[in-house]
Amino acid sequence: MTKDGRDLSRRRLLLGGAALGAGALLTACTSNEAAPQTAQTMGANAGNPNSSPGQRVVIGFSAPAADHGWMAAIINNARAQAAAYSDVELKVVEAGADAAAQRAGVDTLIAEKPNVLVMLPHDGAELTASGVKAMQAGIPVINLDRAFNQALAYRTLIKGDNYGMGVSAGNYVIEQMRAKGVSSPVIAEIAGIDSLPLTQERSAGFRDTLTAAGFQIANRRAAEFTADSGQREAANLLQALPKIDALWNHDDDQGIGVLAAISQANRSELIMIGGAGSKAAIEAIQADSGVLKATVTYSPSMASSAISLARLIGQNKGMGDLVELQVPKEITLASETITKENASNYISLGF
Amino acid sequence: MGKAAPPAGPHHGSGGPAKESWWKSDANENARRNLGLVGVLVALVVIGIATRPDLYSDPTWVKNNIFTILQQASAIGVVTVGMTFVIIGGGIDLSVGAIMALAGVWATTVATQSFGAGGMIFTALAVGLGVGLVNGVLISYGRLVPFIATLAMMVAARGLAAEISDKQTQVSTSSVINGIATQRILGIPLLVIILALVVAAGWVLLNRTTFGRRTVAVGGNSEAARLAGINVKWHTLLLYGLSGLCCGIAAIMLMAQANSAQAAMANLYELDAIAAAIIGGTLLSGGRGTIMGALFGVLVFSTITNLFAINGLSTESQNMIKGAIIVAAVLIQEFRFKSVSQLFTRNKGATA
Repeated sequence: MTKDGRDLSRRRLLLGGAALGAGALLTACTSNEAAPQTAQTMGANAGNPNSSPGQRVVIGFSAPAADHGWMAAIINNARAQAAAYSDVELKVVEAGADAAAQRAGVDTLIAEKPNVLVMLPHDGAELTASGVKAMQAGIPVINLDRAFNQALAYRTLIKGDNYGMGVSAGNYVIEQMRAKGVSSPVIAEIAGIDSLPLTQERSAGFRDTLTAAGFQIANRRAAEFTADSGQREAANLLQALPKIDALWNHDDDQGIGVLAAISQANRSELIMIGGAGSKAAIEAIQADSGVLKATVTYSPSMASSAISLARLIGQNKGMGDLVELQVPKEITLASETITKENASNYISLGF
Repeated sequence: MGKAAPPAGPHHGSGGPAKESWWKSDANENARRNLGLVGVLVALVVIGIATRPDLYSDPTWVKNNIFTILQQASAIGVVTVGMTFVIIGGGIDLSVGAIMALAGVWATTVATQSFGAGGMIFTALAVGLGVGLVNGVLISYGRLVPFIATLAMMVAARGLAAEISDKQTQVSTSSVINGIATQRILGIPLLVIILALVVAAGWVLLNRTTFGRRTVAVGGNSEAARLAGINVKWHTLLLYGLSGLCCGIAAIMLMAQANSAQAAMANLYELDAIAAAIIGGTLLSGGRGTIMGALFGVLVFSTITNLFAINGLSTESQNMIKGAIIVAAVLIQEFRFKSVSQLFTRNKGATA
């Protein structure tokens, strides 16, 4: 943060102290606006003929209300990527906490007749009808991250690979254990919210990969994607396993608490793998200062890609290197493994 | 209920009058209830020993595990003390988790952190107390039902916390704050000492001061309390302020443990605190409750979480067990101290 920013923050805090309890004033006193994620966007690029300004495209965007760093990054990225194109206008409707609120928001967007609609549904199944409705109204839908359950509901699907995250984490564990010559390692897992399909897919990928290598998970706890729940589950898990060789934690935000619990318990015999690829986690991996040795990506840059794809669809263009004339129907990102060796390539992608 | 006419049914024949009065007195009823909860705790530990003898055979591990359980109980324990006061006073506070999130997030913003640990602690306490007092004003002077006022605050405070934190997890870089979670005094974790101090202060406040007696009076019968000269509105305002202040203290403890705060932190703490207060013998309708009971209630939950973790059992089954314990505790509260004959008499009376 620049010096000016810091001074501003102090002034804002003083203002905030004076206004304690007066809720309406409080929102003006924040000091933690996220920096624009310039590195996660890609604007005009002379080498890419697709990036030269073309036909004007109005893109509607709908995502659930952000309650988490990753979702906040998704929305910030979409805005930043749209701003990078001179021929794109973005209309964002941030939905409330549930599917009904998002449905209402999408209806409003459809009525405005954007050229393309990008939708990250609260739950794919719950919003499928909204996707179908937009497609029937002649608006191509980009389904972002959480898949609809009907192919009719979207023109293009771009999503992260939850199962693949588990596979990547599992492969890293296997590789490290073999390198150390540990034949029957004690492996632990701290998952996110257990009722979500994405958590179940991540765990399935992890379990399947380890099982295929003859390893098994000694203990698995589900937390709530928050740092305090991560700390709580990790503190108890560490009691359950007096010696751990490897621990996979699904989410780097939650991982702040998991790492705190590990250091509070003075444990250093284990290696930890994170998930999603937050900036703090990548920095810790690069510094190699603690137990966190790797993280597997689930990058919110997919929102930027979704805006780029929406623009190409709106302009009836294909994708650079592909032979196809148009944008493909489905794109699933790979979950990459960030380690000390390659952290410098990823640091700019951290959110 | 304890002071009801002495039943003289045949089931009580073996007990003399002295035993009868011991059995019926309010103070002893609380003692018995706490004894029951200690029994549950012992049972949980016995299950732990039976299922993981390998761990329990190591004295160092046992000591660490006791501290782990107590540290995990510390923040929610402090909140439960405040909640117990509110419920005894005839109210309810659904906003405690949200107040903790707001206090924690505000204390960990970049701006606040630039003032150092003192600024962070002050901010968390001031925000907690401030929001609690807003609840109190809405309920006392705005005449809102506590359920509605604190429900609204629960939603609004989480929203404000999300706004202030820009939905990001705010990492605490203060080694002083983070050190609260690791500091030990005479070998006892500081978090456990803070919990003990808050519980002791709560016990004294409830049992040895005018404030405590007024709380019971207001919760028992607010109209009678008013006629007796108690400023019921002012007292109610103070109770919500006290609950908010406890949330501020708990927010510091949780922020120290997690090295961070975020808008979603302390999720569902309101329900855990209410559940702990109730299984500890606090009447949801107000007028009766104990601080020690609430503490044992929190410890039972924290011990169950630990027991499930060391056995690798899932969170879902843990929640089901917690639900069963809440129901059992309330059922016991209803029926335990009534003789069978008394129940019969009452039922006959109702149908006649």
